[in-house]
Amino acid sequence: MANYSTNEFRPGLKVLMDGDPCNILENEMVKPGKGQAFNRVRLRNLKTGKIWEKTFKSGETLEGADIQDSDFQYLYNDGEFYHFMDPKTFEQIGADTTAVGDAYKWLKEEDSCIITLWNGVPLAVTPANFVELEIVETDPGVRGDTATGGTKPATLTTGAVVKVPLFVNQGDKVRVDTRTGEYVSRA
Amino acid sequence: MTWQPTTSIEALQARARLNRVIRGFFAARGVLEVETPLLCHSTATDPHLHSFAVPTGDYTCYLQTSPEFPMKRLLAAGSGPIYQLGKAFRFEETSRLHNPEFTLLEWYRPGWTLEQLVDEVEALVLDAATALGADLQPFPRFTHAEVFRQVLGLDSHSCADADLLAAARRRVNGDFASLDRNGLLDLLMSHVVEPALPETGAFVLDFPVSQAALAQKARRPDGGLVAQRAELYISGMEIANGYQELVDPAEQRDRFEADLAYRVQHGLPALPLPAFLLGAMETGLPESAGVALGVDRLLMVLTGATDIASVVGFPLQRA
Repeated sequence: MANYSTNEFRPGLKVLMDGDPCNILENEMVKPGKGQAFNRVRLRNLKTGKIWEKTFKSGETLEGADIQDSDFQYLYNDGEFYHFMDPKTFEQIGADTTAVGDAYKWLKEEDSCIITLWNGVPLAVTPANFVELEIVETDPGVRGDTATGGTKPATLTTGAVVKVPLFVNQGDKVRVDTRTGEYVSRA
Repeated sequence: MTWQPTTSIEALQARARLNRVIRGFFAARGVLEVETPLLCHSTATDPHLHSFAVPTGDYTCYLQTSPEFPMKRLLAAGSGPIYQLGKAFRFEETSRLHNPEFTLLEWYRPGWTLEQLVDEVEALVLDAATALGADLQPFPRFTHAEVFRQVLGLDSHSCADADLLAAARRRVNGDFASLDRNGLLDLLMSHVVEPALPETGAFVLDFPVSQAALAQKARRPDGGLVAQRAELYISGMEIANGYQELVDPAEQRDRFEADLAYRVQHGLPALPLPAFLLGAMETGLPESAGVALGVDRLLMVLTGATDIASVVGFPLQRA
């Protein structure tokens, strides 16, 4: 990969720092009128999710990281790995629980998702913004309650728990916003 | 393509008002307004200042990073006190606080001490604040040694380089082993000390001699040697930088040659020796205090802006 100098650090650029792939979030030049210029950079470590702040001498370089986002279809989980398929090449790929992270809550077989690959190896899984999942367990609805009423917890097929309106029942399919984990509607 | 200016009409009006305050201030004090060329045969040699080089037929000229050299030639020619309100250029990245083309107010007071000039900088800034309805009070004054001692517990003039490096590693995340003493002082000043100064403004005086730039060195009552340099910081921004100007041509030549040698060693663009300025100094530059003040940044302070694009109508991306 190419090397990037501090003046090429833009939000979204993927670089290697201390061996880990990082996404640059912010880059601020700090330059006294007379004296050495620095760049104060905020980066997210794509392996750990941690945000770092690091100061570079202006003109220093970092190696670019080979990071790609690709569409995949979720297949199944064998207890250790989550398996996905590239819908164009039918090639299969396995991601461990670290890479899948919290995305497991929203993975339904045959649904598409985006996998972030680092040198071809899954680094992170991002589910579709909206998924439809079935409720496997929730308290029975209360008669007379309407859409404006309160909420109750409901467990979905994936194990995720979301708050749903009281009128929603076990066996119903619901639409959930995976970015917030919030119920949107009955599907 | 967005053609619109990044400033509001109110910001344009504020700038016009500030320019009137500046011109009125100096007219009342008998300081002559001058204009000097932006395109010159030589430029600042400071290794951390980068000039735009412009081909002009047979030779290269440089857009001035400040009007310092030609203004000093006017002083040597007997101009008396002078000021200039105009553009300056620095080949650097844009940021919230930087645009490669910016407005600089520079003035020189022959026969004055730096302390007198610091008083005048304060008077001008407070007059401008009154005219623009901003609330600013006289600025406390600290020495460089005081602020470094208070914030870092270090003597900025005499502590070991290793102590500066240890402080940098403790307070800022990064790899700083390759920085020299001045680099470490700049890092600690910009990342740790400056943010600890009062938001409402402060002067810092008596810099370490390694950071003298074009300032005279002087001995303080305790025997220590300092650079007679003063900086005004407001809201975490460097607003003005003043010197008891170096007038000794031999020392000036040594400092230029040291800068040029540093440039060669570090692979920076080679620059000509500023021969016109040296000629003027050999004839005789009067003892003077001089200062440069960033007008865009002062306007940011006075209008509460946090981005230079709020006060510069067309920053580089839209210029």
